[in-house]
Amino acid sequence: MTTGQAQTDTELVTLTIDGREVQARKGELLIKVAQENGVYIPRFCWHERMEPVGMCRMCLVQVDGMRGFPPACTTPVAEGMVAHTDTEPVKKIQDGVLEFLLINHPLDCPVCDRGGECPLQDQTLAFGPGESRFTEEKRHFEKPIPLSGLVLLDRERCIQCGRCTRFAEEIAGDPLIDFGERSDRMQVVTFPDEPFSSYFSGNTVQICPVGALLSKPYRFKARPWDLSTSETTCTTCAVGCRGALQSSSNRLLRLLGVDLDAVNQGWLCDKGRYGYEWVHADERVLEPSVRVRNAMVDVSWPEALEAVANELQRAIELHGPSSVAVLGGARGSNEDAYAWVRLAKGVIGTDNVDAQLGDGLPADAVLGLPRAEIDDLDQAAAIVLLGPDLKEELPVLYLRVKQAAVSKKVPLLDLAPVDVGLTPYATAVSRTVPGEEGVAAERLVAAIGGRASGDAGIDAFAAAATGRSGPVVVVLGRGSVAQSAAPTMRAAAAFAALPNVRFLSALRRGNVHGALDLGLAPGFLPGRVTLDAGRGWFAPIWQTVPKERGLDAEGILRAAADGKVRVLVLLGADPVADFPDTDLARRAIDGAGYVVAVDAFLSESTRRADAFLPCTVWGEKAGTTTNLEGRVQRLGRKVSPEGTTMDDWRIAGELAVRLGNDFDLEFVDEVTDEIATVAPAHAGARSQLLRRSRDGVVLPVREHLHEIMVRTGDLNIMAEDGPAVSWDPIRVDAAEPSEEGDAAHEVDEARGEAERLEREAPAHHEWDRAANVGDAPGRDAYALRLVSGRELYDGGRITTCSPSLAPLRKDSALMVHPQDLARIGVEEGTQVRVTSSRATVTLPVRTHPSVPAGTARLPFTADGRGASELIDTTTMVTDLRVETIS
Amino acid sequence: MFTDDNRARARDIVAQYPRARSAIMPLAYLAQDQHGWLPPEAIPEIAEFCGVSAAEVQGTVSFYTMFKRRPCGRLVVSVCTNVTCLVVGGPEILEHLEVKYASDDDVTVEEVECLAACGNAPSMQVNYEFHERLTPEVAEAIVEDYKAGRLAARTVSGTPQ
Repeated sequence: MTTGQAQTDTELVTLTIDGREVQARKGELLIKVAQENGVYIPRFCWHERMEPVGMCRMCLVQVDGMRGFPPACTTPVAEGMVAHTDTEPVKKIQDGVLEFLLINHPLDCPVCDRGGECPLQDQTLAFGPGESRFTEEKRHFEKPIPLSGLVLLDRERCIQCGRCTRFAEEIAGDPLIDFGERSDRMQVVTFPDEPFSSYFSGNTVQICPVGALLSKPYRFKARPWDLSTSETTCTTCAVGCRGALQSSSNRLLRLLGVDLDAVNQGWLCDKGRYGYEWVHADERVLEPSVRVRNAMVDVSWPEALEAVANELQRAIELHGPSSVAVLGGARGSNEDAYAWVRLAKGVIGTDNVDAQLGDGLPADAVLGLPRAEIDDLDQAAAIVLLGPDLKEELPVLYLRVKQAAVSKKVPLLDLAPVDVGLTPYATAVSRTVPGEEGVAAERLVAAIGGRASGDAGIDAFAAAATGRSGPVVVVLGRGSVAQSAAPTMRAAAAFAALPNVRFLSALRRGNVHGALDLGLAPGFLPGRVTLDAGRGWFAPIWQTVPKERGLDAEGILRAAADGKVRVLVLLGADPVADFPDTDLARRAIDGAGYVVAVDAFLSESTRRADAFLPCTVWGEKAGTTTNLEGRVQRLGRKVSPEGTTMDDWRIAGELAVRLGNDFDLEFVDEVTDEIATVAPAHAGARSQLLRRSRDGVVLPVREHLHEIMVRTGDLNIMAEDGPAVSWDPIRVDAAEPSEEGDAAHEVDEARGEAERLEREAPAHHEWDRAANVGDAPGRDAYALRLVSGRELYDGGRITTCSPSLAPLRKDSALMVHPQDLARIGVEEGTQVRVTSSRATVTLPVRTHPSVPAGTARLPFTADGRGASELIDTTTMVTDLRVETIS
Repeated sequence: MFTDDNRARARDIVAQYPRARSAIMPLAYLAQDQHGWLPPEAIPEIAEFCGVSAAEVQGTVSFYTMFKRRPCGRLVVSVCTNVTCLVVGGPEILEHLEVKYASDDDVTVEEVECLAACGNAPSMQVNYEFHERLTPEVAEAIVEDYKAGRLAARTVSGTPQ
């Protein structure tokens, strides 16, 4: 936590606030201690997640023995301190500060987005003078002006608290806004050609204490008192940030970050914050349809389900269960994943199921490696980064790693193949040649073991980590989708030898970890057990269990391309856009006998479907998701779906009935409870427990029961009975479950359930690191090795169907080292011919200092331009030849 | 853009500080001396030297009036009109010089707050060199001396040259 309490220790002190004796940790700030004890000291600039600055003077108090009026936000508590927050002199100061602030503040509250949830409004009412003596003309500025594509600035309303500028520098690390000019012309400025294009810019709007910063997508859309709110989990990526989703008239209008200490600490990335727009996109498919003589025809649900069930039945009978394959499911809820696994593995009997699309890591490793929690980063002995650019793919995890490295001074080693967002904060950087990640990992293991590794950066890092307690946290992912997962796995095998090592998986899709946990991967059954270990457990519960391990995404696509897949179900999956090899994906979709799309949109993959079953999406459905640390949290259902869309899990159930197996699951909570009863890792995570526990439940439940905090209040954003409003950290009060009381009962029940499954159910899968692979082939001296990763605003559905995000997408170019550009012999920006073993494409080439010589970077854009045409999934790495066009 | 000489000087300046960002103002003065004012193109370059964003440099240089973010004359004449000077003729000096040099590109006349030279008011600065006990005529004569080179002017940043 960046709360300005680095000096805090555990020693308790006793002090008096307004005549009441309270206890607090020595060094805590008076403003915070007072608030925790029910005394709200008014403030504008102080934010609990940022360093205090004492700029706004609203929190001045009296402290016996201290001269003048110290600001409560910069005054640490001490033994015997006597503080007064409501004396006449303090009230007079508050009057004066508010009167000064209101001199230049326009009273345009009726047309201000903040009106109704504005701290300046509220505090003027509660603490202010009520009358202004200022009769002169207020200052005027052009208003509002854009700071970026998403954030507008109304300079007249700004009270110069510096929350936004401090957030940009301290939290986001993008100091693209600062105060310029002076006195009454003082204003937040950007440099003319550098807009505030931070991925985290929306947070400044949330924490602005007046209506100076405005969200372009939300501006003039609603009044705060008209909004209704549900707590939810963001599923844009796998971090699982907690949010408060707000709607009015059945339209989603705003997502605010909720301060979940263990995960997002109040922050959201802009893609998550504004990505709700796609839910209401015109492109949504809202009615089921089936292909009749080469044209899609809208039909009723019973007809559509009947058609699909018949195709499944026929495939099973004529070609066997493994002629059916399911791809996707990483974008849904845990309930969706479980129901589809039960349909595929427990009814149909196929194991050809994969939630990942060849762009992740093998489920064996994700499910079996020892896991870290996000919070472990702050206490880690060291952090090793081997994976994609977290800033682009898992933005709030980037914030947490940055915080650990900067505020907690945890040594950070950057082993990515090119510079990433975290590189400036790394203790040491060692650029790995793509494909040779294993070598770097072995060097690190040697260095930590006290032997010289031959790499100065790695040696320096090992020296910095020496003597520190805590786990070594490895953030593990595919640094590039242009290479196979094998080099990363070789590195993981090496890392696994480190003492007290734990892994944070950097897979990106919203619920990919939930889907894998529940068996949406070949060789696995729900609850992190392998097919072989779990067969005996699931056989009496389900109708059937697959006989042998099936194919992963790549295998499924190859089989489909060869005409061996009779029914291919695309569960919110678009392989043509997302599978690294577009050509294979296209051939697979064409080669599959019958394609069933369970999706919300038409895509290049689902356009070719024979049956389209439209599903509900985030915001429209309840359920749970699991984030990358294994934390199960609930989703909020805020709007009613349009059309006749259906939850994915219900579609699976409806198909199962038609195949002769009634799941008997009516409500989503029943699915959650079935998971909690049959899936070993989930044992005890019943819907009632998830509803009561504020921070969700981390899997496996049994090992994390002691972390459960039981809610004692509800989320209250409108602040009818307390000071918590959207501009301050939004929290839900909670307590540890007490000895008696129904909350303790639920935890006990979970413990009992977990213990029973521990005894009876198969053991959780553990990764066997002996399964090792060879090195990547040597690189041709004239070739450039391709590195390809995602960008935050990619060609995916959330970006392209959200009008506010779509324009933020950047054009892609091949990025090379200046030396390599000179060797190619062309100018910056020239079109060049790029050839891999797979294809030849024409692209502009540019230089970028972040790309090492011998490497070329090309973003993996989800609409199939560039990288996915070039990537050869049959080889470990993809090498490119770049030539001039003559 | 810094000249090669100034680039080397900028590197030396940055090296004098424990944290590179401390060099924002010295580098802004350096750029101002080179160009005669502080053009917007200099800002990203200063930012790069100091390892900060252009917005941070912009914030700093826009706070201080001594950074001229619009082209100005070779001579910046700052005339005080604060209390003491107000009483003994500062505004008259200001008006006289403003009229006299209204169309002279070499000279920029500006009104400033107290220069802390009240003992010998009225006072002014020419490129931050003090001149005191003035009358409009004396003030004009001093500016003319600078223009003719009889007095050696500092740079517009006040750096002796």
